[in-house]
Amino acid sequence: MNRPRAIVSVLVGLHLLVLLAGFAAPYDPVEQARAFPYAPPTPLRFVDADGRFHVRPFVYGVMPDPDNFDGYVEDTTRRFPVQLMVTGAAYTLLPGIQSRIHLFGVDSPGRTSLLGTDGFGRDVLSRLLHGGRVSIGAGLVATSCALLVGVTFGTLAGFFGGRIDAALMRAADLFMAIPWLYLLFAVRAALPLHLDTRATFLLLVAVVGVVGWARPARLVRGIVLSARERTYVTAAKSFGATSPYLLRRHVLPQALGVVLTQAGLLVPQYILAEVTLSFLGLGVGEPTPSWGAMLGSLQQYSVLTSYWWMFTPAVALVAVAVAYHALTSMVHERMRLVTG
Amino acid sequence: MNRFIGSALVVLLSALTVSAAVPAAITPGEEVLVEKATSGNHGGRLVVALRAEPRTLNPAIAADAPSREVIGRMIADLIHIDRATQATEGALATEWKRSSDGREYTLKLRKGIRFSDGRPFDADDVVFTFQVLLDERTGSPNRDLLIVGGQPVRVTKVDEYTVRLTMAQPYAAAERLFDSIAILPRHLLVEAYTKGAISNMWAVSTPAAAVAGLGPYRLKEYVAGQRLVLERNPYYWKTDSAKRRLPYLDELVFLFTGNEDAQVIRFQSGDSDVLSRASADNFGVLVRDQAAGRYQLKDLGPSLEYNFLFFNQNDLTGKNLPQVAVKQQWFSDLGFRRAVSRAIDREGIARLVYRGRAVPLWGNVSPGNRLWINTSLPRQPRNVSEARAILKASGFSWRPDGALIDRQGRPVTFTIVTSSTSAQRTEMATLIQADLKELGMGVQVVPLEFRALVDRVFQTFDYDASVLGLGGGDADPNGEMNVWMSSGSNHLWRLGQKAPATAWEDEIDRLMQKQLITLDYRERKRLYDRVQTIVAEQLPMIFLAAPHILVGARADLGNFQPSVLDHYTLWNVERMFLRPESRSVRR
Repeated sequence: MNRPRAIVSVLVGLHLLVLLAGFAAPYDPVEQARAFPYAPPTPLRFVDADGRFHVRPFVYGVMPDPDNFDGYVEDTTRRFPVQLMVTGAAYTLLPGIQSRIHLFGVDSPGRTSLLGTDGFGRDVLSRLLHGGRVSIGAGLVATSCALLVGVTFGTLAGFFGGRIDAALMRAADLFMAIPWLYLLFAVRAALPLHLDTRATFLLLVAVVGVVGWARPARLVRGIVLSARERTYVTAAKSFGATSPYLLRRHVLPQALGVVLTQAGLLVPQYILAEVTLSFLGLGVGEPTPSWGAMLGSLQQYSVLTSYWWMFTPAVALVAVAVAYHALTSMVHERMRLVTG
Repeated sequence: MNRFIGSALVVLLSALTVSAAVPAAITPGEEVLVEKATSGNHGGRLVVALRAEPRTLNPAIAADAPSREVIGRMIADLIHIDRATQATEGALATEWKRSSDGREYTLKLRKGIRFSDGRPFDADDVVFTFQVLLDERTGSPNRDLLIVGGQPVRVTKVDEYTVRLTMAQPYAAAERLFDSIAILPRHLLVEAYTKGAISNMWAVSTPAAAVAGLGPYRLKEYVAGQRLVLERNPYYWKTDSAKRRLPYLDELVFLFTGNEDAQVIRFQSGDSDVLSRASADNFGVLVRDQAAGRYQLKDLGPSLEYNFLFFNQNDLTGKNLPQVAVKQQWFSDLGFRRAVSRAIDREGIARLVYRGRAVPLWGNVSPGNRLWINTSLPRQPRNVSEARAILKASGFSWRPDGALIDRQGRPVTFTIVTSSTSAQRTEMATLIQADLKELGMGVQVVPLEFRALVDRVFQTFDYDASVLGLGGGDADPNGEMNVWMSSGSNHLWRLGQKAPATAWEDEIDRLMQKQLITLDYRERKRLYDRVQTIVAEQLPMIFLAAPHILVGARADLGNFQPSVLDHYTLWNVERMFLRPESRSVRR
């Protein structure tokens, strides 16, 4: 099998799924089906209670057990076939594109919660897909911030050397030593309460990213430092090439591999940072889903011990992290071959 | 540790303690209280997990719950509220008489009884106790309760076993005031008191011999960060029906855990024997695990605690909070508050947040308080269209995208702050957020660290709305004075009023003051019913739900009779005992 292609398609698939969450998710992620708190995953069936086989998968109707808060009984007299391209809750597919078409669903009053529901009766699968937008988005935003600042400062330090280098690298040391958790608390405390929680969250993510500039900066500086001394660079310089030209043409392409591998490592790391933020109550805020916020409910002992499907965001996290790491090692290998 | 060695150690330890604190023989002339219909057997120890470490063992200054939980087992009061009947009964006072004008009480004290260090108790101790509590230097949280009609209660000694209390004005249910007021041993504390150092006395690390009380237990050992052990008070003044001195249990061990979950896990694993208030979700976990039969669980029904949503209506002059001030135009609009109240799904809160182990509330008195609830208050179910009609009548309207706007066209958005340590209140706020979205209101839920929340609500007033809970003290309306009086310290929606800001707050002030000096129950009930009606109409607080009291104890604990009043489980610890047939089985 073509391994690189498989890795890339898995990653692209995951991101597409999350990007088009509104379409892929059967329900509105904030819709509370209050009669169905902590409903276990609805099994997709092909064989009915009488043993007959159906080509089209179906689910049975589910009734809350009146005597038991999180107990449910299946009503095998009511069969709801799973349908594709159903009309449901309105959502924004992509900015500017409104839609009501969902990939799959069942007719009301049937419900299909393939990954169960949370304590408010919200569909976990829908929240997982929509939450991926926030979590992966946070990872990408923070990584971009870290790389943008890191590459700029690293290049400046490596290329110009001297005092600039010394100043920037001491600053990098300082930033590496910052206890960023407390910095975040300080930032949150300084922000006014009435600020939109989503804006606050984005700001915090950017802070996390910017604070993380030091490591990529150091790596880039090292590459730039050695590239600067290469004979062809010195030659170009003696022919009168300007600094921007040298950087663009000869130096920065050398750093591309490092930047890409750093990106591959940083994205999952910052997705995990989102989990930490949410765990500390600095997350995106109810009712907007994010993987960290969803995992936050596991802090409650009863949820931790009773509802296994609440762990699914952790599975998604691991999958994304593994895919990114595979991508990183693939890029690393490729780059070694190219730069040789 | 090896289980065998563990049990051997326990046996050894209990053997040691039995030799250390044998119940003293009853002396002639000692007026012991004989508890009727009690039977049990001496021995054994009970382990209780506390949420946090107690800060002090000094009853005069203790304010935090863990301290009070421990101290409560070491002290006795003059007149006690029986947690089972909610009525008063004699404790250190055997009988009391009220003067005809209702301002003077004469109390006869129990004769011949002794403190836990063996020294006798008499009227001097009572006089000394009230002197200490009323002294401002002490800083006692009980002091406010003992100020009646603006003047401190006066306590004088009539003879060795009689004291007289005089109040500036008649005080309804004055005898309830004495509940949980610990009588202090004068012989141990008088020196520190005259030096003005009473509040430094009896830190948790004090040697056991220097602490004494009149309760069923006395201090034995304190290990910082781990546990506090109490042992039987050998001179305790209650006996069972067979005239054997109580308490039955040799020892009471308090373990320090970090939080409620840790408390529940300790109980579930058998490390602790009594669980004093579980949340509904943890209770659900325990119920499922109950099949093993190692513990008994009890749902005692609605507590006195009421949870509510309230809006910031504080006077913000002098505070630089323009963004809150703008929203106060909505918050002070009765139509706005009524619409919010009509749109909230209280049944949903009771079912989802409390797993059905709660009752929806429409007033400040919980159905758990049978003596005082005004049952005629309307219980209106959720009705969104009616809520929208109320908003429309108040001048609100809707934008094409469904967002609610006020007369000036400003979209109605606000923040609900909750305590991040209370999962339930944050969940309530999340449900309210979804409910109010249907009215077009944009609500954000911000869980804050508890101290930050308290600071915003009580000091800076920098918040829009909050979900909090109150209640859980005594069932009597007097305990609610500080909430409903416009000058009260818990008059949360508008604190620090010099004069009532509205006509209805003025009326509540007058009603509350009147019930305070009315001695007839029916008349007081009528006055307090009216208070409840006004509150339900004006909605300064939008009441949500009263959770049930959920408790548990090991299966073989006898005389376990939990109550909806604090302390829920250990209030009758002197009568609790371990059934012998199973004492060795469990561990």
